[in-house]
Amino acid sequence: MTVHPDRLDELVRAARAGGVRGVGRRSFLRGASVSALAVGVPGLLAACGTESQVQTAESCTSEDRSAAEKALVFSNWPEYIDRKGKKMPTLEEFQTTSGISVTYNTDINDNTEFFGKVKDQLGGCEPIGRDIITMTDWMAARMVALGWVQELDMGAMPHVEANLKSDLRSPTWDPDRSYSVPWQSGLTGIAYNAKYTGEVGSFEELMTRSDLKGKVSLLSEMGDTMLFMLLLEGADPEDFTEEQWSGALGRLEGYVGSGQIRRFTGNDYIRDLNAGNVVACEAWSGDVIAMQYDNPDIKWVVPEEGLSLWSDNMLVPNKAEHKANAEALMDFYYQPEIAAQLAAWVNYICPVEGAQEAMEQVDPSLVDNPLIFPDEDFLANAYGFMELDESTRQQYDKDFARVIGA
Amino acid sequence: MAGPLRTAEPSAPPPAPGGRRGGLSGYLLLLPGGVWLALFFVVPTATLVATSLYDPSGSLQLGYRMTGHVQNYADSLQDYAPQLVRSFVYAGTATLACVVLGFPLAYAIAFKAGRWKNLMLVAVIAPFFTSFLVRTLSWQYILGDNEALVSFLRAVRVLGEDGHLLATPFAVVTGLTYNFLPFMVLPLYASLEKIDHRFLEAAADLYSSPFTAFRTVTLPLAMPGLVAGTLLTFIPSAGDYINSELLGNPQTRMVGNEIQDLFAAGDYPTASALSVTLMAAIVLLVFVYVRRSGTEELV
Repeated sequence: MTVHPDRLDELVRAARAGGVRGVGRRSFLRGASVSALAVGVPGLLAACGTESQVQTAESCTSEDRSAAEKALVFSNWPEYIDRKGKKMPTLEEFQTTSGISVTYNTDINDNTEFFGKVKDQLGGCEPIGRDIITMTDWMAARMVALGWVQELDMGAMPHVEANLKSDLRSPTWDPDRSYSVPWQSGLTGIAYNAKYTGEVGSFEELMTRSDLKGKVSLLSEMGDTMLFMLLLEGADPEDFTEEQWSGALGRLEGYVGSGQIRRFTGNDYIRDLNAGNVVACEAWSGDVIAMQYDNPDIKWVVPEEGLSLWSDNMLVPNKAEHKANAEALMDFYYQPEIAAQLAAWVNYICPVEGAQEAMEQVDPSLVDNPLIFPDEDFLANAYGFMELDESTRQQYDKDFARVIGA
Repeated sequence: MAGPLRTAEPSAPPPAPGGRRGGLSGYLLLLPGGVWLALFFVVPTATLVATSLYDPSGSLQLGYRMTGHVQNYADSLQDYAPQLVRSFVYAGTATLACVVLGFPLAYAIAFKAGRWKNLMLVAVIAPFFTSFLVRTLSWQYILGDNEALVSFLRAVRVLGEDGHLLATPFAVVTGLTYNFLPFMVLPLYASLEKIDHRFLEAAADLYSSPFTAFRTVTLPLAMPGLVAGTLLTFIPSAGDYINSELLGNPQTRMVGNEIQDLFAAGDYPTASALSVTLMAAIVLLVFVYVRRSGTEELV
């Protein structure tokens, strides 16, 4: 449609003079603000505050459709399952023997980040589309305390019942293992790239050696990083006071301020360490051992101050519809032969009794590897992080967040 | 075909009483956009403002009580003013760099590219075929401590023995500039391309030097594009957190990083207060800028 220029001018003049009434600026603004107010009402309801997000078995009931649907969605961390090319041998074996088809996602890179992604749904008793999620102890404890996960039926998991290692059977946050089953345990220590630096044996060195300035990364996991700061402070990470916490926080603040620390990272420290942008860092044991296959210069050491010991736990979130299928998978991975196959690939501490013997068949060189099958001496110097209630946890998270972003 | 503008088209449904004069159809046409804006802008903004006034001692377990705690704004500014200022400094520097790089490029495409014009435009947009994250990650490689660029700069003594580019403010601003450059080039090109060459010829006929012609003809006519380009570059860079996350260090964190971390840590009130402050600061800056550049009608 074309308009002759003369006519257009005429129309514009007429419109300006008010001859043709379209949508005027003034009346539009008036209408818009009234309707904005009308739609804004639900938004303004937020003005009354937000209720507690705690759920209970009564307030949030889940339905199990496992009998009808032989399916399962499993969310895990990257590089945390055995692989052969594109295949995942143990997972495929599970699918063949059980007839349950598994959708395996590696969408967990950081506990806090994942929590941020699902907290609104779980807090409101909505499904998150996953039947198993894998969370580190402290986050698993938080989710159990919030009532966001389903109770498991130990009777359906005879292998877990029989083979779960005794030291993992009753964590304080889930004394009967009614809500969680460990996937793997692991250690946090120091890794360095021998191509660019000599050995780094302690956190003291990592944080103060001048040749490492600006080439060190720490983990953005509060529990891991603060555990070492507390150790440097001379405190017991499993039982520390408010004062010691402040001291440890101030210590970290000093290291950040001195420019020693280049980045705080999630699982992605691997890239920087490989490229030599970071020459030494706080690192997870299994990751580093897996890296060594590709890059022998990468070394992992037990810091003089001690180690951080943690477990990652499988949980079934509320509203997940395949709890029985999830239990079948958990049980499957507690067969010693399967557990040994998994451990041989991921190189983390195996939570399954009998797997060490089964490892003889899988890879005899790993039977005595203390990072997969640690003995008591090795773990004498390993610490967990003190259990915190929700509001303290939130306060500490906030303190930590403030310090790592100068 | 001028008819339909004055009277309703014969095939159209019978006009409502008052017809065009009531202006009802105008409002109906605005309806989809209005609903969109209400649902995805007005409601979230109202919620955000409300959340910023919650009691800061709330938690997921206890819930968050509305206490009209205005103090949240003062507290968040006290803790995070450096990051807020830094965001505007980085965004401003990146915008300036985009103008310096983008103007000659847009000018060349509009006036000098000849038959290469379309190809060059495609080249400007081509990076968008890969994801924002991948493009930013590739800068980690380009600026890496042991890669060619840094080795070269060390060899020619621009960088010290131990100097690096990655994890510095330079890397963050470079990332921002690179990622938002097309948003500067495209509006500039659109403005420049419309300029009638005869104006420049007329200027030359009237004895203006090429520089004077540029200053008094080309530049004023390119202003709408320049203003649009700076806004499209400055506003998203000020709120960006990916570049600082991937290319920066703890001393280069921007306000977006802090907001993201605070939300994850469950401190909704502080995170919301900081978001509202950022939004208000941007609106204020843009308002002053648009007023001063005298282009309200053009943007």
